[in-house]
Amino acid sequence: MDAIMTRSLTKRYKDVTAVDGLDLTVRQGELFSLLGVNGAGKTTTIKMLSCLTRPTSGDAFLNGHSITSDTAEIKRMIGVSPQETAVAPNLTVQENLELMCGVHGFSREKRAQKIRELSAQFGLTPILKKRAGKLSGGWQRRVSLAMALISEPEILFLDEPTLGLDVLARSELWDVIRALKGRVTIILTTHYLEEAEALSDHIGIMKDGRLLVLGTADEIKASTGVEKFEDAFIAAVKGELR
Amino acid sequence: MRLLTFSGRTAKEILRDPLNIGFGLGFPLILILLLSAIQANIPVSLFEIASLTPGITVFGLSFLTLFSATLIAKDRESALLQRLYTTPLTAADFIFGYTLPILPIAAAQSVVCYIVAVLLGLPLTVTIVYAVLSLLPASVFFIALGLLCGSIFHTKQVGGICGALLTNLTAWLSGVWFDLDLVGGLFKKIAYALPFVHAVELERAMLHADYPAALPHLLWVLGYAVVVTAAAVLLFLRQMREKA
Repeated sequence: MDAIMTRSLTKRYKDVTAVDGLDLTVRQGELFSLLGVNGAGKTTTIKMLSCLTRPTSGDAFLNGHSITSDTAEIKRMIGVSPQETAVAPNLTVQENLELMCGVHGFSREKRAQKIRELSAQFGLTPILKKRAGKLSGGWQRRVSLAMALISEPEILFLDEPTLGLDVLARSELWDVIRALKGRVTIILTTHYLEEAEALSDHIGIMKDGRLLVLGTADEIKASTGVEKFEDAFIAAVKGELR
Repeated sequence: MRLLTFSGRTAKEILRDPLNIGFGLGFPLILILLLSAIQANIPVSLFEIASLTPGITVFGLSFLTLFSATLIAKDRESALLQRLYTTPLTAADFIFGYTLPILPIAAAQSVVCYIVAVLLGLPLTVTIVYAVLSLLPASVFFIALGLLCGSIFHTKQVGGICGALLTNLTAWLSGVWFDLDLVGGLFKKIAYALPFVHAVELERAMLHADYPAALPHLLWVLGYAVVVTAAAVLLFLRQMREKA
């Protein structure tokens, strides 16, 4: 079954078209990477799909629910980790996780169970009592990701999840994302092409709000006639598709 | 349940910031002590404890605007609000979640001021309870003003506008530091067109059990509270739609 299906999804800001007639389909349980240079429309696409901004025209369906007419149901089924770290700085890590459980209406027992699970999965147990604002960037990202996952989302949006992290923290976070594959449908935007190639089931490359190419990493390389994915990305963005 | 969770978070964020405690509670208390000391040496009727305490409690409430505006502006800038907008929280959850937890903080701030005032010689009577209760409309006004400013301004702007400008305006235009009749003219007219002096005079009237005198001031402050709350809700909803 399709987890996400967009139909001519478009977003205009005054005279700028941020996303222009996007048509794509993402299957349940797959990791889909949305790539592109800055200003390509990746973040705007994620904002529309997560009901943060309304499309100017077109629509998208998440597990069959429209993002324009069924936002309450969409908000129940998604998790979002925004580009910037989004934690409550004066709350402890545990309180941040409890906050997300609370806004999703979890019972006390379920809260405790989910916090135990996520703490173990993300290695947060030793820092549960620490204030989130005092943690390093890498740990804040982990907490941010755990907050997105604690509601047991069917679809998870990760907007540049490793932005600003050092090599080690990035590698650790990619391991966490890799472990989620297959269990949750993941939509990922990133500038790290190698990692996107290694992790993604399918990849879409955007430029100026349009989807230039869609396929597996191998299909995209074949369509550009190059061996390295980075070269294929550059060729696609430069309009050198076969 | 969702509202309770979000309200709890608001209260924790505010109460765990030492600057909030310092300014919100420490500063008004220092002023009561300082002005009472001046009154002890050079008697000024304005600084008599029964007259001074209502002024200081209203002045203290102006810091609540700073607290709530700063929290909302920070949330907007840190993308936390963006994250929360993708959850089942409704617009009402956000608005009440940002404002309701500050009301008990306002009440606690006023009660502490009155405890100190009693220690400094204010007679302990039931009218103190009425005076504290009469601060409710002014508290709503200041908290709603915070919601409004936090929805429009960035953290630095909030610091300047709510931290410096509003607290000073509240002090000057409420007749706390000097009798407005001493300046008179346009200044006095402006002061009486705004809610600050009415909030102080309402509280003074309640403290002195002069209920007929309290009514016009109550209506004035209530009017401002309703208008500012409506404007704050509209602006918050607008930024929720646009910024999101």
